[in-house]
Amino acid sequence: MTEFLMPSLGADMEDGTLVEWRKKSGDTVKRGDIIAEVETQKGLIEIEVFDEGVIEKLLIKEGEKVPVGTPMALINPDGAEAEAKKETASMKKEVKLQPIEEKAEQKVMEKSTKEIRIRATPIAKKIAQDKGIDLSQVTGTGENGAITKDDVENVIVQKGEISKTEKGEKPVDNLVEVEPEKTEAQPFEAELYKMEKQPVEVKKERALTPAEAIRSAVAAAMSKSNREIPHYYLEKRVDMSKAMAWIKETNRERPIQKRLLPAALFIKAVASSLDEVSELNAIWENGLQLKNEINIGFVVSLRTGGIIVPVILQADSKSVGEIMEVLNDLIPRARALKLRSSELSDSTITITNIGEGSADKVFGVIYPPQVAIIGFGNITEQAFAENGMLGIRPVVDVTLAGDHRATDGITGSRFLGSLNKYLQNPESL
Amino acid sequence: MPKTKSKKIDLDAKKSRHLFYQMLLIRKFEDKAAEEYTKAKIRGFLHLYIGEEAVAVGVIQALTDDDNVLCTYREHGHALARGMDAGAIMAEMYGKQEGCSRGRGGSMHLFDKSINFFGGNAIVAGHLPMAVGMALASKKQKKGNITCCFFGEGAAAEGEFHEAMNLAALWKVPVLFVCENNLYAMGTAIRYSHSVQELEKKGAAYGVESSAVNGMNLMDVIEAANEAVQKVRDNGKPYLLVCNTYRFRAHSMFDAELYRDKKEVEEWKKRDPIPEFQEFLLKQKIITEKEIKKIENQVDSEIQKAVDFAEAGTWEPIDQLTEFVYSENETK
Amino acid sequence: MSQTIKITYREAFKQGLREALQNDDRIFLMGEDVGRYGGAFAVSKGLLQEFGEERIMDVPLSESGFVGAGIGAALAGMKPIVEVMTVNFGLLAMDQIVNNAATLLHMSGGQLNVPVVIRISCGIGQQLAAQHSHSWEPFFAQVPGLVVLSVGTHEDARGMLHTALQSPDPVIIIEYTSMLNLEKEISTDMGAVNITKAKVIKSGKDISIITYGTGVYKCLESADELAAEGIDAEVIDLRVLRPLDEETFLASVAKTHRALIVEDAWRSVSISSEISSRIMEKAFYELDASVKRLCGVEVPIPYPLHLEQASVPQKSDIVKAVKRIINP
Repeated sequence: MTEFLMPSLGADMEDGTLVEWRKKSGDTVKRGDIIAEVETQKGLIEIEVFDEGVIEKLLIKEGEKVPVGTPMALINPDGAEAEAKKETASMKKEVKLQPIEEKAEQKVMEKSTKEIRIRATPIAKKIAQDKGIDLSQVTGTGENGAITKDDVENVIVQKGEISKTEKGEKPVDNLVEVEPEKTEAQPFEAELYKMEKQPVEVKKERALTPAEAIRSAVAAAMSKSNREIPHYYLEKRVDMSKAMAWIKETNRERPIQKRLLPAALFIKAVASSLDEVSELNAIWENGLQLKNEINIGFVVSLRTGGIIVPVILQADSKSVGEIMEVLNDLIPRARALKLRSSELSDSTITITNIGEGSADKVFGVIYPPQVAIIGFGNITEQAFAENGMLGIRPVVDVTLAGDHRATDGITGSRFLGSLNKYLQNPESL
Repeated sequence: MPKTKSKKIDLDAKKSRHLFYQMLLIRKFEDKAAEEYTKAKIRGFLHLYIGEEAVAVGVIQALTDDDNVLCTYREHGHALARGMDAGAIMAEMYGKQEGCSRGRGGSMHLFDKSINFFGGNAIVAGHLPMAVGMALASKKQKKGNITCCFFGEGAAAEGEFHEAMNLAALWKVPVLFVCENNLYAMGTAIRYSHSVQELEKKGAAYGVESSAVNGMNLMDVIEAANEAVQKVRDNGKPYLLVCNTYRFRAHSMFDAELYRDKKEVEEWKKRDPIPEFQEFLLKQKIITEKEIKKIENQVDSEIQKAVDFAEAGTWEPIDQLTEFVYSENETK
Repeated sequence: MSQTIKITYREAFKQGLREALQNDDRIFLMGEDVGRYGGAFAVSKGLLQEFGEERIMDVPLSESGFVGAGIGAALAGMKPIVEVMTVNFGLLAMDQIVNNAATLLHMSGGQLNVPVVIRISCGIGQQLAAQHSHSWEPFFAQVPGLVVLSVGTHEDARGMLHTALQSPDPVIIIEYTSMLNLEKEISTDMGAVNITKAKVIKSGKDISIITYGTGVYKCLESADELAAEGIDAEVIDLRVLRPLDEETFLASVAKTHRALIVEDAWRSVSISSEISSRIMEKAFYELDASVKRLCGVEVPIPYPLHLEQASVPQKSDIVKAVKRIINP
C-alpha cells in the first residue's frame, strides 16, 4: 500500500487545503493523473499522482487543511490491472520535511552586577584584573572620565613599587645579595613575553616592553612622591661586627641554600624597631594612618632597569631565618616578573639595600602613601671609634627618609637608635 | 500543423534514434525531477522544460564539442542534450557533492567545463554579455569555435539583451543567440511584455541576421539551427534564431497557473514534439515500435540510475562551506 | 639604493598599464573612450597608437554589456582589463560583477575562474555634484568572491595592476580621480606590489589611523602635523578592502590601544564600520578608548565647493579627532 501525501510544491509551501478529490475510492490512477485540487497561498493547484494503482481509501475530507507530507489517500498498487507497469524499486520512503534547524547561538544574558558600573577602557579593566587593582579606587582621566591604561598603571606603581633612586640616579643592579643559582630565573625574554601575551590572537609588534612599563610606573610614583612629600633625611653609621659575627656563626649550622644574608637581618631589625616606633609604620592619606601589620617592601632591582618591590608580610612575626626563606623565594620570582599581585601590595614601609661593592649610602624616595623609607648602604670596613678606641670594623650607613607631614626628625632619630640597638644585639632578633 | 521539411536534412537512422532518445530522456528525467520535488528531495526552484525539448536537442546537435553553450535556469534539457551525465545532474539537484557543480548550484546552475557547458545562469539576460565576451575571446584567439547562448523571450526585454546584440554585431563575434520564445515570462504573456512580438525583427536594428522557426518540431529546428550555426561559423558574425515554443508545465513547481487557460495548454500539447517526431520516424521507417520500446526502457533505466546515484550521493562537509569563493592558488 | 622619480598618480597607472600590455598578449584594455579619446582621464593616452585596436578597445556606453563581455572573455582564456569610467556608472554593471564575476567559481563547484581585472575610478573632489561623486567601495567590498583594491598611493598605482592580473579571481581596482595630478616620488625600479596586505605607511605608538584611498595622504599629512605636537600616530593604508587584512590593523591597535578610521564613503554600513566591528570583536581588550570614525556625511554630495569639502573628512578634522581621542 502506498500513501499519497500532500505534496511539497515549494520551500515556502507549508500546507494546503483539499478543495476537491478528483478521484474516489476504488478508482484506478496512473502516473500523471490529477488526483485532487488543493488550494495554496498561490492559488488552486491541480495535484498529480506519481503512483499507479487503485485508490483504497481517501483519508482527508474536502475542505480540510493539512501540512505538507500528510497522507491524503492510500493507493493499492496490486489492485491495478494485471498489465500495470511495475514500479521501480526506489518507491516511497517516508517524506520527512526537516525544518531548517535554528542554529542561532543561545545568548546567555548575564545579569548586570549589583556593583556600581565603573567606566574603564577594556585594556584598563584587563590590567586591573590581572594586577588585582580595585577600579573603584582609581580616578579616570579618559573620555568621560573613563579609567585608562595609564591611570591603572599609575596605581600599580603606587601600590607595588618604590624607587630608591636619587633624582636622576640610575638604579644600581643586584641590590640584594642572593645565592647566585637562585637569581637565575627562566630566560628573561621568554618570561617577559608570557607576561605581555594578550588574549587576542593577533601578532603584536612589541608594544611597551615590561621594562618600559615599569620604568614609566616608577617615574609616575617617584614624581608623585617628589611633588607631594616633604622629605627629611637622617643618617646613622652602624657597627656591623657583632651582626656579621652572628650571621657567620648561625650560617655554620645552616645548609648552604639556607644561609643568612645581612639583608634578612636588616629586615628583621627594621620590623622590630617599627614595633617600638610605630609612627613610621603608617600611610599618609588624609592624615596619618598607623598600620597594625608590619609589611616591609623590599626593593629588587631588575636587570633590564627599573625596580620592583615585593612585600614581606608581617615581618615582625617572622624569624630572621623565615625572612631569609621568603627572600629566597621572592627575589628570583620578582626578577622574572612572576610575582602575584598580593606579593606586591600592602607594604607599610620600604627598605632599599644598595648591596655589596657599590655606593656607600642611599637616600631613598618615599613610596606614596607610605611615610618612610630606610636605606642600607654597602657594608664596608671603616675606621670606627668606640669607647675611646679606634678600630677597623665592618660598618653600614643606614639612612631614613621621612615624610615631614607625618613625623618629625625626632621620630626618625628614635627609630634609627632602636635599629642600631637591635643590630648590636642580633641574637635578640 | 507544420510538417517537417525533412528533405533538406540528412538524418541517418543512428542519429535519429539518438535525438529521439535525448528528447525522451529530457521528458522523463524532468517528470522524475518533479516527482522528487514533491517529495522534497529537490528544493529551491525547479523550472521544467517539458514541451520545449525540440529546441535544445535540435540546436545543440548542430554544435561541435569545442563550441561554448550558455543557458538559462531552465537548462536540464540543454545539459542532457549536451551530453552531461543524468546522474551528475540529478545529484546536483539533490545538492549532493557528486553533482556537476558539487551541489553548490542546484537545478539552476548546472556547469560542466569539460563539455564547454557554462550554466545554468539565473539572472535573466545576465549571461548574454558573457556569451559575447566568450565569442570575443574566440575571435581574438582565432579558435574557430562559436558560442551558443540560449535565453527566453523574457530576456529579450532586458537591457542586457540589447547591449549584447549591439556589441556582438559591432565587434563581429561568432555568437548564436537562441531565443526560446515560450510565450510567458513567468506569468506575463508576451503581448504584455513586448511591443514587437516577432522577436526575430529585433535583430535588424543591430544588423544581426535572424530568423524564426517552429520550435515544436525537431526537424524544423534542426534545419534552422544547422543553417544558423553554419553562418556564424563561416562569417564569424552573430545570428539570432527565435524558436517559438511552449512549456507544458507551470513556470516552476509552485505555480497555480492563474495566467493561462488550461484549454490553451491542451491545444499546445497536441503539438508535443516527441510523439510528432516518433510518428515521423515510424512513418519514414527509420525506427520500429520495438525499437521505441527499447529506447523507452533505456531511458527508464538511465533515469533510475541517475536517481540511485543522487540518493547514494554524499553531503559536502559543512567545514568546506567557504571553499570556491576564491581560488586555492590565489596569491596570498 | 634605488633612485626615485617624481611621477603623477595618472602616469603611474599608465606605466603599469603599458607594462602589462607589453608582458602578455592575452591582456587587452577595454572601456569607454580608452582609445581614441585617450581615456576619460588621459590614463591610457597614446596606448592605442602603441598597441592597436585589438589591444585597446573603445566600447559603446553599455556598462553591463562590456563588463559582462570582459567576464566572458576571461572565462574563455583572455586577460581583460575592463575600465569602467567612473563608479557612478559602475552600478549599471553591478549585476555582471556581483551575479557573474563573483559567483561563477562557487556556483560551478570550482570549475570556472574569472580572471578579469576591472578598473573603476571613484570618489569626490571635483565639484561634480550628487551623481558623479560617489564613494562606493563598501558596495564592492561586501561581495565574497571579489578582490577589491583601493589605490591610495603612487606605489600602488604603479604596481597593483600587475599583481591583479596574476589573480585567478576577479579583481576590482578602485582609483581616485581627484588624485590624478598629484605628484609623488617613487622608486625608479618600482614594480609589482602585493595585493593581500594592508600597509603601515607610517609607524607610531599613540594611535592607529586606519584609512584607504584618498584618506591615505590626508592622514599622513595629519600625522606630520600631530607629530609636531608630540603625538606619534601610526597610519595604515588598508589597500585591500576584500578580503580584509585584519592582522595588520589589529596588531597596530594592540600596540597603540586607540583607533581612528577615516574614509570618504558614507558612514552607515561602510568599510569603517566593518573595521570598527573587527576591532571590537578581536582586539576589544586592547582598547584604551572607544574606536572613532570620520566618514562621509550622509548626504548626496552637493555642488558648491565649501559644501563638498564639508561632506568628507579633511585634514583638520583628522587632527582634531586624534587630539580629542588622546586628550579627551
